[in-house]
Amino acid sequence: MARTLEKTQVMEGSRAIAASVQRCRPQVIAAYPITPQTHIVEHLAQAVANGELKAEYVKVESEHSAMSAVLGAEATGVRAYTASSSQGVLLMHEVLYNVAALRLPVVMTVANRAISQPINIWNDHQDAMSARDTGFIQIFAEDNQEACDLQYQAYKIAEHKDVLLPVMVCVDGYVLTHSYEPVSLLDQDLADQFLPPYEPSWALDVDRPVTYGVMLGPGEYLEHKYVLQQAQKRALGVIEDVAREFGTLTGRTHGGLVEEYRLDDADVALVGLGSLVSALREAADQLREQGIKAGVLKIRTFRPFPAEKIAAALGGVKRVVVIDKGYSLGSGGILGMEITAALAAAGVPALVDRFVGGLGGRPIPASTVVRAVVAPELPRSQDGFLDLKPEYLGEGD
Amino acid sequence: MLIQVRIHGRGGQGVVTAAELLAIAVHEQGLFPQAFPEFGSERMGSPVRSYVRISDQPVRIRTPVEEPDIVIVQDPTLIWAEKVTAGLKPGGLVLVNTELASAELGIDGDLRVVTVPATKIALETMNRPIPNTALLGAFGGITGLVSMSAIKGACEHRFAGELAGLNIACAQRAYDFVSALARN
Repeated sequence: MARTLEKTQVMEGSRAIAASVQRCRPQVIAAYPITPQTHIVEHLAQAVANGELKAEYVKVESEHSAMSAVLGAEATGVRAYTASSSQGVLLMHEVLYNVAALRLPVVMTVANRAISQPINIWNDHQDAMSARDTGFIQIFAEDNQEACDLQYQAYKIAEHKDVLLPVMVCVDGYVLTHSYEPVSLLDQDLADQFLPPYEPSWALDVDRPVTYGVMLGPGEYLEHKYVLQQAQKRALGVIEDVAREFGTLTGRTHGGLVEEYRLDDADVALVGLGSLVSALREAADQLREQGIKAGVLKIRTFRPFPAEKIAAALGGVKRVVVIDKGYSLGSGGILGMEITAALAAAGVPALVDRFVGGLGGRPIPASTVVRAVVAPELPRSQDGFLDLKPEYLGEGD
Repeated sequence: MLIQVRIHGRGGQGVVTAAELLAIAVHEQGLFPQAFPEFGSERMGSPVRSYVRISDQPVRIRTPVEEPDIVIVQDPTLIWAEKVTAGLKPGGLVLVNTELASAELGIDGDLRVVTVPATKIALETMNRPIPNTALLGAFGGITGLVSMSAIKGACEHRFAGELAGLNIACAQRAYDFVSALARN
């Protein structure tokens, strides 16, 4: 029986992600190229053209069309895939709500990138954060191995009968998509064992015509949203089960909803999403060398938001330092707000520092994180913004 | 163990491929690599950089290399255009693609400067002015971090057919060149 892990090899993140998507056997792919997502869909288009992947690759004129095409494809009962970034995710926005509310288990990889204006092609989390209310499940990858492994898990979660919701796999643009590091792919037999063919619970069929996506009035719409919220809540358990099953099969675990690092005896918890978590781990180690007991809580699943898990994990710390790469202008860092609310609801007394950094691709080295812990006064006085350059600020800013 | 490498070159010179090849060779050697380009809008001929980290455990730092142990300069004109040695650690290695001697480059400081005629080797060996695999061979010969066999494996993984053999020949010539320097 040749059900094995493939040999670890050094690959560009995008290429490894595309190879993993290919092993999920999507039947329809529709995508519009945008930096830094481009390499992912280029590799998939090539696999289809070369006959290595039996799928229909639909070339579309925009991201709105890409998401509409995968909506339509998935509604006919096939497994569908798309990927995008930044403005592309924004252009899809209205369709994202439709895909989720129609309970279509589409998987989309987002190579996370900042939003214009000013035009900026580099990484932050604003694109994903702008889609947080759409009904998509959102899971963030810390490294390229996790980005690959999440593709299989995403379909398994999305297509689970208790969930039936689309999943957005969030991968830091450039930082992960354009980096080369060792990854191990599943061989096709193992991938097929983990992810059997998609069996839709309903599908459009011209021989038995029915209508989905009807109008609901004030008498029913509210209940529809309640039902969607219950599916999101059920996904909390399914995400953990799927991560566990994947771990048993492959020996690889990256956490389910959250993952803890050196939190057991920690006074300070560093909290973040995506590849930033690696910098947080590095910072926690450096802080411990300075005698500050620091640990990390990686938020792997952002939607559904695992509030109870987070409150339980942070119940014993004195201080929580959240670093956001997404921002709600006029309010604050988005993850930070949700963490604050989760802790308040659970009666956790920890002091929460909410910082924002890394916007538009500004690197967040471990030293920035350490400084935010030991010298928080300046960023606290600047709405939580880390490493602001005063020379770019005007008087009164 | 963490060794950080910064590669300077110009768009079109295979700066990203150089980083990828080094990463594959490092992996062949049983170590953990990480490689990535300077993120942005590269243009043919403009100064570009790539970065490689080499460790005995998975690398979790993902910021650009600002304090390298080793700098590789694929285009010697960059020495006068930007500070290629910025942040280089004392005693650090600067590997430059040039036919000039290291003393002629005017690189000051407590640094070890080694020059290799990588473009000349590439032109003579494969009739292309792409210096990256010759520099990779020289890197292996000087540092001992990657063996010629690991470099060969990386080239075979990355290049198809005749191109693999030609690039391996470039690497071997540069490897032998720096080995001869060490003996003299």
